[in-house]
Amino acid sequence: MATYLEFIQQNEERDGVRFSWNVWPSSRLEATRMVVPLACLLTPLKERPDLPPVQYEPVLCSRPTCKAVLNPLCQVDYRAKLWACNFCFQRNQFPPAYGGISEVNQPAELMPQFSTIEYMIQEDDLQALKESLQMSLSLLPPDALVGLITFGRMVQVHELSCEGISKSYVFRGTKDLTAKQIQDMLGLTKPAMPMQQARPVQPQEHPFASTRFLQPVHKIDMNLTDLLGELQRDPWPVTQGKRPLRSTGVALSIAVGLLEGTFPNTGARIMLFTGGPPTQGPGMVVGDELKIPIRSWHDIEKDNARFMKKATKHYEMLANRTAANGHCIDIYACALDQTGLLEMKCCANLTGGYMVMGDSFNTSLFKQTFQRIFTKDFNGDFRMAFGATLDVKTSRELKIAGAIGPCVSLNVKGPCVSENELGVGGTSQWKICGLDPTSTLGIYFEVVNQHNAPIPQGGRGAIQFVTHYQHSSTQRRIRVTTIARNWADVQSQLRHIEAAFDQEAAAVLMARLGVFRAESEEGPDVLRWLDRQLIRLCQKFGQYNKEDPTSFRLSDSFSLYPQFMFHLRRSPFLQVFNNSPDESSYYRHHFARQDLTQSLIMIQPILYSYSFHGPPEPVLLDSSSILADRILLMDTFFQIVIYLGETIAQWRKAGYQDMPEYENFKHLLQAPLDDAQEILQARFPMPRYINTEHGGSQARFLLSKVNPSQTHNNLYAWGQETGAPILTDDVSLQVFMDHLKKLAVSSAC
Amino acid sequence: MSQQGYVATPPYSQPQPGIGLSPPHYGHYGDPSHTASPTGMMKPAGPLGVTATGGMLPPGPPPPGPHQFGQNGAHAAGHPQQRFPGPPPVNNVASSYAPYQPSAQSSYPSPMSTSSVTQLGSQLSAMQINSYANSGPQMAGAQLSYPGGFPGGPAQLAGPPQPQKKLDPDSIPSPIQVIENDRASRGGQVYATNTRGQIPPLVTTDCIIQDQGNASPRFIRCTTYCFPCTSDMAKQAQIPLAAVIKPFATIPSNESPLYLVNHGESGPVRCNRCKAYMCPFMQFIEGGRRYQCGFCNCVNDVPPFYFQHLDHIGRRLDHYEKPELSLGSYEYVATLDYCRKNKPPNPPAFIFMIDVSYSNIKNGLVKLICEELKTMLEKLPKEEQEEMSAIRVGFITYNKVLHFFNVKSNLAQPQMMVVTDVGEVFVPLLDGFLVNYQESQSVIHNLLDQIPDMFADSNENETVFAPVIQAGMEALKAADCPGKLFIFHSSLPTAEAPGKLKNRDDKKLVNTDKEKILFQPQTNVYDSLAKDCVAHGCSVTLFLFPSQYVDVASLGLVPQLTGGTLYKYNNFQMHLDRQQFLNDLRNDIEKKIGFDAIMRVRTSTGFRATDFFGGILMNNTTDVEMAAIDCDKAVTVEFKHDDKLSEDTGALIQCAVLYTTISGQRRLRIHNLGLNCSSQLADLYKSCETDALINFFAKSAFKAVLHQPLKVIREILVNQTAHMLACYRKNCASPSAASQLILPDSMKVLPVYMNCLLKNCVLLSRPEISTDERAYQRQLVMTMGVADSQLFFYPQLLPIHTLDVKSTMLPAAVRCSESRLSEEGIFLLANGLHMFLWLGVSSPPELIQGIFNVPSFAHINTDMTLLPEVGNPYSQQLRMIMGIIQQKRPYSMKLTIVKQREQPEMVFRQFLVEDKGLYGGSSYVDFLCCVHKEICQLLN
Repeated sequence: MATYLEFIQQNEERDGVRFSWNVWPSSRLEATRMVVPLACLLTPLKERPDLPPVQYEPVLCSRPTCKAVLNPLCQVDYRAKLWACNFCFQRNQFPPAYGGISEVNQPAELMPQFSTIEYMIQEDDLQALKESLQMSLSLLPPDALVGLITFGRMVQVHELSCEGISKSYVFRGTKDLTAKQIQDMLGLTKPAMPMQQARPVQPQEHPFASTRFLQPVHKIDMNLTDLLGELQRDPWPVTQGKRPLRSTGVALSIAVGLLEGTFPNTGARIMLFTGGPPTQGPGMVVGDELKIPIRSWHDIEKDNARFMKKATKHYEMLANRTAANGHCIDIYACALDQTGLLEMKCCANLTGGYMVMGDSFNTSLFKQTFQRIFTKDFNGDFRMAFGATLDVKTSRELKIAGAIGPCVSLNVKGPCVSENELGVGGTSQWKICGLDPTSTLGIYFEVVNQHNAPIPQGGRGAIQFVTHYQHSSTQRRIRVTTIARNWADVQSQLRHIEAAFDQEAAAVLMARLGVFRAESEEGPDVLRWLDRQLIRLCQKFGQYNKEDPTSFRLSDSFSLYPQFMFHLRRSPFLQVFNNSPDESSYYRHHFARQDLTQSLIMIQPILYSYSFHGPPEPVLLDSSSILADRILLMDTFFQIVIYLGETIAQWRKAGYQDMPEYENFKHLLQAPLDDAQEILQARFPMPRYINTEHGGSQARFLLSKVNPSQTHNNLYAWGQETGAPILTDDVSLQVFMDHLKKLAVSSAC
Repeated sequence: MSQQGYVATPPYSQPQPGIGLSPPHYGHYGDPSHTASPTGMMKPAGPLGVTATGGMLPPGPPPPGPHQFGQNGAHAAGHPQQRFPGPPPVNNVASSYAPYQPSAQSSYPSPMSTSSVTQLGSQLSAMQINSYANSGPQMAGAQLSYPGGFPGGPAQLAGPPQPQKKLDPDSIPSPIQVIENDRASRGGQVYATNTRGQIPPLVTTDCIIQDQGNASPRFIRCTTYCFPCTSDMAKQAQIPLAAVIKPFATIPSNESPLYLVNHGESGPVRCNRCKAYMCPFMQFIEGGRRYQCGFCNCVNDVPPFYFQHLDHIGRRLDHYEKPELSLGSYEYVATLDYCRKNKPPNPPAFIFMIDVSYSNIKNGLVKLICEELKTMLEKLPKEEQEEMSAIRVGFITYNKVLHFFNVKSNLAQPQMMVVTDVGEVFVPLLDGFLVNYQESQSVIHNLLDQIPDMFADSNENETVFAPVIQAGMEALKAADCPGKLFIFHSSLPTAEAPGKLKNRDDKKLVNTDKEKILFQPQTNVYDSLAKDCVAHGCSVTLFLFPSQYVDVASLGLVPQLTGGTLYKYNNFQMHLDRQQFLNDLRNDIEKKIGFDAIMRVRTSTGFRATDFFGGILMNNTTDVEMAAIDCDKAVTVEFKHDDKLSEDTGALIQCAVLYTTISGQRRLRIHNLGLNCSSQLADLYKSCETDALINFFAKSAFKAVLHQPLKVIREILVNQTAHMLACYRKNCASPSAASQLILPDSMKVLPVYMNCLLKNCVLLSRPEISTDERAYQRQLVMTMGVADSQLFFYPQLLPIHTLDVKSTMLPAAVRCSESRLSEEGIFLLANGLHMFLWLGVSSPPELIQGIFNVPSFAHINTDMTLLPEVGNPYSQQLRMIMGIIQQKRPYSMKLTIVKQREQPEMVFRQFLVEDKGLYGGSSYVDFLCCVHKEICQLLN
């Protein structure tokens, strides 16, 4: 068993790929019976310090419909200078320059520059945001182009090239404009407007009129800093009982239009900083009357969210346009109330942009998250890439069903595209406008080999992932990952297949399917679907006697899977209770783009226990783990919770930690803090950091996550010293498992 | 006399009266109280009657009367006989006037005369005029001018014998004479307004006006101060009953300014029924507990706080302590009820909007404006007691897009915000756009320094216009304050935007029924824009610098309807027009103005205001809305009978203007005027004022221009003139020969003024006058007060060569006719828009030297608009005179130097309004004949 775990780990390390099944059922029929689809989590830009880019063009298979890249799986006839494509079996001649090489990666031609659009909002903590933005200027490479758009009641596109008077173009926040109109109004459709001051212009550097709005950082650093410095709150008065007018929809539309007209298909980020919901114009989420609250899940279910559909449509249109241009949109929303992430989510989701939600721009949560965007890798390059396309090629037995992640379909219908869609399907290529080393897509396949066409023993299926992208150093690069897995006949080799099941990957992939469905379906339907899948999986792979729940066993490679599903059911990705629509959108956004490890943390938070009884240890995410003499550290990805047990809290209150003789207590208190710090350092986005104790109001973050094994309902545990009862009617894992077993062994199902 | 065409147009809607139907009033000349002469006096004096009845006089010049010769001779000393031997400009008619002797004064009746009777031969071929006075202590029968003023000698000198006999121009009524007479009798005196229905001095007469219960004539002038009692009478006479109201007229410093009444929170006391404001016309009764409204007769309780006992003659004890009880004009502090949304108004704002398209940059205008604004803004109008002006300022530049500027005081640099969405323009900023000038001075100066450079390389030719106004209006709306936009514009707005205009100037339409189209706006965008502007108290003042057709009819609509002013500088040239423009701009910035005004004219029972003319907008039939009204703007109001008027109570008018002051105070300005009523037509004719009549006729005709063919309008004006005079002749004048032209004294100069109006380029197209110029003049006249319209239609022509350098008085004016010029003379002509200095070819060299500092006529460079400052009395005196003429005029007059017999003289001649026009328009004499003929026809 260890071998498979190692194998999986190795593969992940090397390729950034994890499959739900590592040995593939060799026929369509069998594959469908496996319940969990054949799928993988692909991290296209997994950091590989050991992988230097190869400085020449990839060698492609000459069959026009294939064009797979020469890869280690290809059979190479060195003497004849031929290689056989392992996808279409076309025999190809090597180009003359080749002597024989196994793995190929290519740099690309230079493209102009990479650009960042910044984009901001007037709010109370404007000052903090200004500082963050000014800080970010210093982190940008000097030749990066930046622009500035501010909005409130109006939308202002600031001209950065001018000397003397600062100029900006102003747009009404209520009027939607087409890209053409925006470009006309900004004077982008003509050669430089004559209004500009006469000054020495280097034509080779400024080929576009757009230079007025987008300038290299090093040129306008001072200018922009001044401009940011002079930014004021939206000067329009806000009457009592009204929300400030915020024209986010138009602002975004203008930013998209500006980039569309100036740098199509060049990497660019639109960074939207907003301190509240869009309140006017296209894309408005809520009216400006404060007495009418912003939509809740309840309103949405009752079809009472009057702006939602229209706004969503607006942002979807923008997101699609942005994606088509290869740009991405980040949303930094900091406000205590909702800001319309539900409607705007597609902007980040479809373009691979970031979504950050915080209470205030003046929190370390925002500041550090924002700073982290500009961190650099070991080569000193930004950990970001732009305008990527992911091309997936499969060997004949497989077809591509779809992908779930921060991508949009490129609608390339090749021979290897399945008619059955899972996620975004119907294509073999996707566009990922912005991605970083952790961006991960779930890619779903379908085995199409017919039952009566057996694959020879030892046959391997192959998949090639070709990722074209613009590196942050502005180079165009291609990363090619080719993987192969063995085929196995289910009849004879079920154990093999079973053993090669990656339950972690499978859980995440199923979860992604579930979340994907949840975006369009009713919550309960999704849960029922997940339950059915789980029951079917248990029926298929469990060992049991019919109608005897107690006899039910799952092998090691499946043992954790039901538990994942249990927590998934309770997770904010599928449960909207107690979450605002914005929060749900935020959580789902991150769930759909993080890699496997992070995704698992999201599904089932990790709980560490600290005590005098021994070194820190991971404990069950269960109410029984909440003990008086323990300190707990929970990581839910979005939150880091430190919880002091009742006794510990009392001790701390008594001030033992300050007494020299109780220095060990001080160390105990410090240990989880240090560990939490470590997590905080690495995580993006920065999690909410919660330090609480027994009886503290914030303890609810912990109590809502743990398995409620003890509640006020199961009396046998009530009052006992074994953990903390949770006041909930939710079923516990035990009850869930009992039901699962019963249903799995039932022949009625 | 067909008036059908006018039926739709209110000013002309008086039905055709049947002159013959009304009984003659020969025996009733004036009411008994009047000091008029007895009936018998009306009878023509014997000798005159004899000659006058010579309607059948045989053709041929009768021997010139020795008296007349003597007269002329006497004056020849003062006014050297002059002749104009040069070739006449276009037609030889002019030359026929040439030989006439100048000077007219003494041929006129004495100042006290109440009627002048001019007798005309019924045939044009044989006209004779007799003018004599038939009443008054100074009888002065000697003043008669003899019939057949055809001085044989000079006429023959001029060339071949005249085929027709002409009237002696000196024998027909002279406006100059009338003005001088009034000046002589009433000038410099105190005119107290204590008597109802008294006729004020002429606008041309300087006097001190003392408000004693009726509004000063500076505020209200009426066409007649005695209304006919019945509408039948009014129809019979066809004299328009109208008042020209200039509610914000400037009060000279030697007269007391308006008192401000503050009744605190209870606000002004008003009649419960008609809502008239407390005024001297309210009659207190029941010991002061109640008062009867003079307008609607409703009896109201006196509010407790306002109670006061009455004295023995039924007057309140505090009569002289309360302005509203004893004065004709005063102001009330308005309460919140009188404010928009019941909120006190914000102080107004001025927004300067500069066209920075290529042409304005190139001719240096933008630089000039920016440079001069810096000093001009120091003088924003303020209340006397205030330290600095409450008016805030804002700046916009534009070509086909708009640039707003943030000039907030805490900025190091102004910020520019470009609005390119001209299709649906909006205001991009609120805070920092409208600022206090003093606080933001450095930022504003910084901005004004930078604007010319910023656009120095602009080659944008296209402009927008409607969006500019829209932007300004939206800015004021957003700031919730009234205000004024100063737009400096130069071209036809052809850029794609609302209000886009195309060049539609079509000379072919002239003299057709479609000519009116030229005066109508091209699109209705401007009309609705103007409505919006008025609704938000946004007045638009437009400075136009056209080098070609810019469609003034369209561009000028908003300024007109919002109480703004339109200034036009054709082919602006920096060195020539700079001063005129800057004077206008300075004057316009500094002038007294009220914003966001609503005027209501209330009348006593029996008549009411029916029509209004001016820079106004009306959404209903009573409320006159004005985005702003300044000291030069007048509203002409026409009245009609509802019912009978009583001679006892008279006709009372109360004009109330609710407005916002320059410091943001809401106030009511009340003007009250009582007029007499009479059932005698003669009283009516006695109380007319020709200057006001012409103002009314001009405005109603110029309004009708939009809907009627010009020919019809001219006909109606002639007919109405004839009708008014015929009615007088028939009902008031003593019987005389049909061939006699008898003019009521008060309307002596009506024909000459009417002829000037008819000849104005608005009503009579001339090829050299552009469509824009006509539209411009039409618009100007619509808001003119009586003094301005008088000067505009009958320019002032002053002989300069006879200047007495020791006197500070203006020289006596001469009649606007070429025959009054002499080649040894220098004349100054002004009409309120233009000023000409005409130099005869033989002008005295010492004068030339004195004025121009050059040795001779030939050395004079006419390419100047300012006279050089030469340190001698001639120069000083002339420039002083020009200063006096310019003073009080709303428009700065551009000086043109005209040398006799040089090309520019053609322009100058158009202003010699008594002569036959170069391109049409009859001479005064011809017109008089024509009117006479009409009258004769009516009488028959």
